[in-house]
Amino acid sequence: MIGICSYGAYIPRFRLDRKTIFQAIGWMNPGTGALAKGEKALANFDEDSVTMAVGASLNALCGIGRSQLEGVYFASTTMPYKERLNAGIVAGALALDGEVRTADFSGGLKAGTTAMLSAMEALAAGSLAKVMVTASDTRLGKPGSPQEMIFGDAAAAFVVGDENVIAEFKGSFSIAHDFADHYRGQFSKYDRQWEDRWIRDLGFEEFVPEVVGGLLNKYGLKMEQFSQVVYDCHYPAARKKLNKVLGVPEGSEQSNLQAQVGHCGAAQSLLMLADALDRAQPGDKIMVVSFGSGCDALYFEATEKIQGRPTQKGVAQCLGEKMLLDNYTKYLVWRDIMPVEVGMRSEEDLWTRWSAVWRSHKLVLGLCGSRCTECGTAQLPAQRICVNPQCGAVDKGEDYLFSDKLGTIASFTGDMLAATLNPPAISGQVEFSGGGKMMFDLTDCNLEEVKTGMTVSMSFRRKYFDQKRDISGYFWKAVPVVEGR
Amino acid sequence: MATGIKDKVAILGMGCTRFGERWESFSEDLAVESFIECLADAGIDKNEIQAAYVGTNFDEVNVGKSAVPLSVALKLPYIPVTRVENYCATATEALRAACYSVAAGVYDIVLALGVEKLKDTGYGGLPGGAARGIKAHMTQANMSAPGMFAQLATAYSAKWGLPMDKIKDAITHVSVKSHANGALNPKAHLRKAVSAEVIKAAPMVAYPLGLFDCCGVSDGSAAAIVTTPEIARALKPNQNIVKVKALSVSASSGEEAMGNTWDGAHFTTTRVAATRAYQEAGIQDPRQELSMCEVHDCFSITEMVTMEDLHISPKGGSYEDIMTGFYDLDGDLPCQVDGGLKCFGHPIGASGLRMVYAMYEQLLERVPDERKVKNARLGLTHNLGGMPHQNVAAISIVGLD
Repeated sequence: MIGICSYGAYIPRFRLDRKTIFQAIGWMNPGTGALAKGEKALANFDEDSVTMAVGASLNALCGIGRSQLEGVYFASTTMPYKERLNAGIVAGALALDGEVRTADFSGGLKAGTTAMLSAMEALAAGSLAKVMVTASDTRLGKPGSPQEMIFGDAAAAFVVGDENVIAEFKGSFSIAHDFADHYRGQFSKYDRQWEDRWIRDLGFEEFVPEVVGGLLNKYGLKMEQFSQVVYDCHYPAARKKLNKVLGVPEGSEQSNLQAQVGHCGAAQSLLMLADALDRAQPGDKIMVVSFGSGCDALYFEATEKIQGRPTQKGVAQCLGEKMLLDNYTKYLVWRDIMPVEVGMRSEEDLWTRWSAVWRSHKLVLGLCGSRCTECGTAQLPAQRICVNPQCGAVDKGEDYLFSDKLGTIASFTGDMLAATLNPPAISGQVEFSGGGKMMFDLTDCNLEEVKTGMTVSMSFRRKYFDQKRDISGYFWKAVPVVEGR
Repeated sequence: MATGIKDKVAILGMGCTRFGERWESFSEDLAVESFIECLADAGIDKNEIQAAYVGTNFDEVNVGKSAVPLSVALKLPYIPVTRVENYCATATEALRAACYSVAAGVYDIVLALGVEKLKDTGYGGLPGGAARGIKAHMTQANMSAPGMFAQLATAYSAKWGLPMDKIKDAITHVSVKSHANGALNPKAHLRKAVSAEVIKAAPMVAYPLGLFDCCGVSDGSAAAIVTTPEIARALKPNQNIVKVKALSVSASSGEEAMGNTWDGAHFTTTRVAATRAYQEAGIQDPRQELSMCEVHDCFSITEMVTMEDLHISPKGGSYEDIMTGFYDLDGDLPCQVDGGLKCFGHPIGASGLRMVYAMYEQLLERVPDERKVKNARLGLTHNLGGMPHQNVAAISIVGLD
C-alpha cells in the first residue's frame, strides 16, 4: 500500500486583516472592498517559499526518522532560485545526507499535486520508499489589486511512503490546458490575471467537472462516495455552482481557507488536503483537485492507521498561533514593494562565499553541530577541539542535530541599531536542552513578550537577501513557544 | 622561571589627542598629534626610538592594513614597526608588546601608539558586518555592539534577581558619573553633564540600553614611549616615574559562547585577567589598594558588570557600590576619572592607551584640582575587545616608582 504516512501545515504567524489593506489602499480600487473580508496569512520578513516548505516539512515529520526519506519534492511558483535547486535547500534544512532524490515542481498552480503524483509514482514503481512532498507559495498581487486581497502565504507537506499509510493513494486523473488565467513572466514580481468572468466560467466551471468526471469514470466511482472533497477555487459563487454540478455531498466540501489564509498558490489544494486529513476517519474517501494550467484529481482513502496517529501540526493548530499585523506599510516593506530607509549600515557589502557556504552546509542549512564522543558535550557550531575544558578531545565530535531541539533564552535584547526590515532586531542566547548554546536571532515575536527562561524552537529562515547579487541566504532562528497562541 | 613585568618597564612619555568627531583629520594626522605630544613628554629624539607597535582596528575604514601607513606618517627611520590588532583591546596589546620587548632586553626605547578614525563611515555606531568575517555573515545573529552588550543586563537580572528597573537605576548612575567627569576634561569627546532624568528618557538603542548608556564613537590617538626604569630615571631625575606593575590579557576559550557553564552575566576573561594582574602586581586587596581605575565602559552595563569581575565589588553587588558613589570622582575608588569610553570617547585602536594616559596624568599630578584623584599611587586600566560571549580582556596596572 502506498499513500500518505504523515502530514503537516505551515501557516506563517502573521495575519493581515483584509480591512487593513482596504483602509490603506482601497481608495485606488474601491471594487476590492467586496474582497475585504477575513484575514490573509503573511510570511514574516524573513520567510519565503523555501523556509515555509521547511517549516511544513518539519511539522510533517512528526516522529518519522528523517533518515528514512529518500526524496524531497518541492512545489512552488515563488521559488527564490531559478538555478540552484530549491528542493536541495529544503533537503539540506531537513539535514538529509546526499543520497536523496530532489526535484522542484513549478510553473503552474497544479505543481503541488503534480509533485505529489510524481512521488506516488516513484513509490508505486518501487524506486523510492519514502518521499517528502511539500508545496509552498508567497505570491504577490500589486498593491490595490484583487490578487493582493485573495493571495495568502502558506505551505503544506506530506511524508508519502509504502508503510504506515494513513491515507492510501488510490488513483488520479489529470488534464492539461494552456489556459493563462494567471501568469508571471520571467521578470515579473506581481501576478497578472485575465478577466474573472472568463476564469470562472471557462476555467473552473469547465475544467473542474472535466477532471472530476475523468477520475470518477476511470475508477467507476460516484461523487457521493467521497466524504471529503478538496478542490481549488477561490470564487465563492463558482464554488456553490460547482458543488451542485459535481454533486458534492452535503458536508463533504472542504474549506478553501480563504477567510483565514488566502489562496496559497501551488500549496492551495494540498493545504486543504492537510486540513481535511485532520478530520478524516478510517474508510473515508478523499478527493483532491488542483487548478492551474490544467488540473490533477487525486483519490485517497483513509486507513485504520489514521486513528491513533500522533497529533499532527496541521492547519487547525497553525491557525491557532497567529499574530495580527495591523500595519499595511510593514507588509509593503517586507515584500520589497515599498522602498524604505534601513540606514547606511545596511548597505555594507557582504559577499556570499559559495565555497564557504558549501563547506558549512551542515551547519548553515541543517543546524548540525557536534557532540563529543569522549565527554558527551553538545556544541554548536561543530568544533574540532572539544569546548569542554575538562575534555579537549581532538576530532572526536560526531554530527549532532540542533534543529529539532528546544532551547531556553538565557539573555536577549531588542536592537534598534542593527539593520533589519523588522526593528528592533531581537536576538538572544539559546541554551539547548541536551546542551549546547549559541546566539540566535529571535523571530515571530515582540520584544515585550520575550523573557529569559522562555522556551524556543528552531525555525529555518532567510537570514539575508543580497539585492545586488540576488542571493537569499538562510540560517536558523529561534521562535518563542507561546502557550495558547 | 618567569617573573612577570612588574617594575621592569617605565613609561617615559605619553600623548593623547583630543577625542571626538575629528572631521578635519585622517588617522595619520591623529597619530602625528599624539606622537608629537608623547615625544615631547619623553624628552627624547625620534631617532632614539628603536621599535614601534601601532594599534588600529577597523582598517577597512581607517588606514588599511599593516603598520606602513603609520611608520610613513610618523617618518620612523626604518625601525621595526608592527601593526597590532585585538578588537577594542588593541592599544593595550600595543603597549604590552612594547613593554615586553623592553623587558626582554631587546630594545631600550619603544613606542606604542593606537589610533582610530571611525567618523568616515557616514553613520553612527561602529562599522558592522564585514569586520566579523564570512562565517559570521552566514550564522551570526543580527546584532550591533549595543545589542551584544545589552544582553548582559537581561542575563544579569535573571542571574541575580535584580529587577530591570534597578539595573537601569545603576547604569544610569554610571553614565551620570562619566558625563560629570568628562565635562571636566578638555580632551574628552562628550563634555556635558547629563541628569539621570535625561538619561532614562533617551531613545532606546538596545533594551535596556538607551542613547546615554552607549559610549561615544570617536576619532583619536594615544601613544606611550616606554623604556627601562634605569633609563627613565637617568633621563628624568627630577620627576616621579610611572612604572608598569602588571599587563594581563585573557582571550575567550569558546566555553562562554558554546559551553554549558557561562551565565551571560559576567566576563570570564576579565575575572581571569584581573586575578593574574593582581598576582603579577602583588596586589592582595584591589578594593583597598587601587587608587583609581579606567574600565572598558563601552556601555554602562559593561561597567556595572566589570566592577564585579575585577573583584572590586562583590559578585551580584555592584548595584550598591554604584548607587552609593563608591566609583564617583570623590568616592573611595574613582572610576572613569577622565570620562571613560562613555565621554572621553572610544576610537577603538586608541582606547587602551588613552586609559593608561588617564592614569599617567593622575599619577604625575598633571590634572587640575577639580578632577584630581586624591593620593593617586596605583591605577588599573581594563580594556575589553569583542562581545560578552567571545572577547579579549586586557588589563594594565601602572603605579609610581
